Amino acid sequence: MLTQSTATPTVASHAAVEEVTHLRERSLRQKMLTSQSFWVTVAVLAIIIVMTLYQPAAFASADNFFNITRNFAFIGIMALGMTAVILTGGIDLSVGSIMGLVGVVCGLLLQAGHHWALAIGAALLAGAAAGAANGVLIAYVGLPSFVVTLGMLSIARSLAIVLSQNKIIYQLGPYGDAFDAIGGGDMLGVANPVWLLVVMALVFGYVFNFTAWGRYLFAIGGNENASRLTGVPVKRIKLEAYVVSGVTAAIASVMIVGWQGSAINALGTGYELRVIASTVIGGASLIGGEGGAFGAVMGAALIEVIRNSLLMAGVDSNWQGTFVGLFIVLAVLLQRIRQRPAE
Amino acid sequence: MALLELDGIAKHFGAIEALKGVDMRLEGGEVVGLMGDNGAGKSTLVKIIAGNFPPSEGEIRMGGAVKNFHKPVDARAEGIEVVYQDLALCNNLTAAANVFLGRELKRRLGPFRILDYPAMYARAAELFKELKSETRPRDLVKQMSGGQRQAVAIARTRLTDARIVLMDEPTAAISVRQVAEVLDLIRRLKDQGIAVVLISHRMPDVFAVSDRVVVMRRGAKVADKPIARTSPEEVTGLITGAIRTA
Ligand SMILES: Nc1ncnc2c1ncn2[C@@H]1O[C@H](COP(=O)(O)OP(=O)(O)OP(=O)(O)O)[C@@H](O)[C@H]1O
Ligand SMILES: [Mg+2]
Repeated sequence: MLTQSTATPTVASHAAVEEVTHLRERSLRQKMLTSQSFWVTVAVLAIIIVMTLYQPAAFASADNFFNITRNFAFIGIMALGMTAVILTGGIDLSVGSIMGLVGVVCGLLLQAGHHWALAIGAALLAGAAAGAANGVLIAYVGLPSFVVTLGMLSIARSLAIVLSQNKIIYQLGPYGDAFDAIGGGDMLGVANPVWLLVVMALVFGYVFNFTAWGRYLFAIGGNENASRLTGVPVKRIKLEAYVVSGVTAAIASVMIVGWQGSAINALGTGYELRVIASTVIGGASLIGGEGGAFGAVMGAALIEVIRNSLLMAGVDSNWQGTFVGLFIVLAVLLQRIRQRPAE
Repeated sequence: MALLELDGIAKHFGAIEALKGVDMRLEGGEVVGLMGDNGAGKSTLVKIIAGNFPPSEGEIRMGGAVKNFHKPVDARAEGIEVVYQDLALCNNLTAAANVFLGRELKRRLGPFRILDYPAMYARAAELFKELKSETRPRDLVKQMSGGQRQAVAIARTRLTDARIVLMDEPTAAISVRQVAEVLDLIRRLKDQGIAVVLISHRMPDVFAVSDRVVVMRRGAKVADKPIARTSPEEVTGLITGAIRTA
C-alpha cells in the first residue's frame, strides 16, 4: 500500500489557498451598500431633492407627483415580469408588441359591446398565449430568447395592425366607461396603475425571495446545467417566466388603454427597451442570476424622474434617450465594479 | 441480488465511444474505487448511473429490477446521490441554497408555503460541521475557495438517506485535513450500509477506503479486483496500459 506522503505535497498548496481567501459572512449593511437598487434609490431621491429645491412649485406639486408615478407605473409593471425572464438569463423583446396586440384585443371586444371583465380576461389570455409561444420555443425547442422574442415583436405588432385594420379604436362600447375607470381612475390621490404597481411589486418581491419558484429563476440564471442536475424543472420554469412576462405586458396594456380611453395598434412601440433598461438600471444582470423586484421598479422610477426633470428644467425632452442610454451603460459598469472581488 | 448492476453499458457521443460494454456490480456497504486515465469514461459512467443521460446500450438494474432513468431526479428518487466533477453549483446563490437546490425546505405561512431560510441555514451548518468544513451557509458560492465549494457539493449528498453515493473526484481541491474528513465520511457511509463509488486520481485515497478497485481504460473496464489482491503498482500499470488486463 502507498503511504499518504506521496499525496501530501500537492495538497499542501491548497490548504494555503483556503487560508488566503478568508471570507466573512456578508452583513446586512454590506449587502445594502453593494446592491445596485440601493444606489438607484439614492439617485432617485437625490434628483427629487435637487428638483424640489430648484423648482418647488412645478416639480414638487401633487399633480406632478401624480403624473410621474402614473407614467412609470406601466413600465414598472412590465419590468417586474421582465425581471423573471432576465433572472433566468433570457430576454423578452416582445413585451411592447404584446402590449399593442393586447390593447387591440381589448378595444375590439369592448367596441363589440362585451363586458369589461371579458375584455380583461381575453387580454390576460392573449398576453399569456404570446408569452407561452415564446417560452415553448425557448425552453423546449432550445432557440435563443433574443431571436424568438424578436420574432414575436414583429408578429404581435403585425397581428395588432391586422386585427385593428390599422384604425384607432375610440368607441369602447357600453362598458367602456367602467373599463376606463380601472386604468384611468385614482384612489387617495394616487393613480390606479400606481396602486397596482405597488401590489405587484410586493407580490413579485415575495415570489422572488420566498418561493422555490423564485429561487429557481436565480438558479437557472446562475448555472442552468447545475439546476437541471439538482432536479430544478428548468424547462417548465423558463416557460413560465415568459408567460409571466407576457401577462405583465397585458396588465400594463389594460391599464394604459383604460387611461387613454382608446386603443391604438402602435401602443407600446419601443417600450421593450425602456422596460429592459429599467430592470438593468435596477441591478438585474443580463447574464442572469441577479436582479429583483424593487430594483426593477426603482429603475423605471429613475428613468421617468429624469425625463420629468429634463422637461421641468426646460431641456429638450429628446435628450431623455441620451440620459437613459448613459444610465444603462453606467448601470452595467457599476455591476462590473461590484462584481470585481474586493481586495 | 446486487444493489446496483450495470450490464453491457455503452455510450456513444457521435463518433466517440466513451464507454464500451461495461459491466459492474455494487453491493450495499461496499466502497468501489473507480480509476482510469483522463478521458477513460469514469465521469460518463457516473452520469449514466445518475440519470443525466441514458446509455446507448446496456441495462441498469437495482435489486434485480431494470431502471430507466430519464432525469437526474429519477435516479435520486432511487437513493442515488452524486458529487459531480464540476460540482454543479450556482455561483450566485449561497452555500445553503446550493445544498438544498431542487429540494428546498418550506414552512407554512397562512395559505402560503414559503422557503424556510432558518431551517435550511441550520441544517446546512450542521452538514458543514459534520464535514469539518469552514464553509458558512450564508456565503455566496462565488466567493468560496475550491475546498469550500467541494464541501457544498458533498453536503448535498447528505440531505436524505441515500443508498448509493457517487463521488467524482471529491478530493481534487481540498486540504489534507479535509481529505481525511471525506475519507472518514466514506467509511461512515459504508458502516451505514451505503454503497460508495469513489473516483479519484489519488491512489492513496482509493487504497485507504475501497473494498474493490475498478480500472477503466479507453471506455472499457480492464480490471475489477478486491483491494487486497492488487497493488498501486498494478493499478498504475492498468491505468497506463502497461498491463493489459488483470
Ligand atoms: N457530452 C459529451 N459529448 C461528447 N463527448 C463527450 C461528452 N462527455 C464525455 N465525452 C467524451 O467521452 C470520453 C470520456 O469522458 P469522461 O468525462 O467520462 O472521462 P473521465 O474518465 O471522467 O476523465 P477525467 O479523469 O479527465 O475526468 C472523453 O473522450 C470525452 O471527450
Ligand atoms: Mg471525469
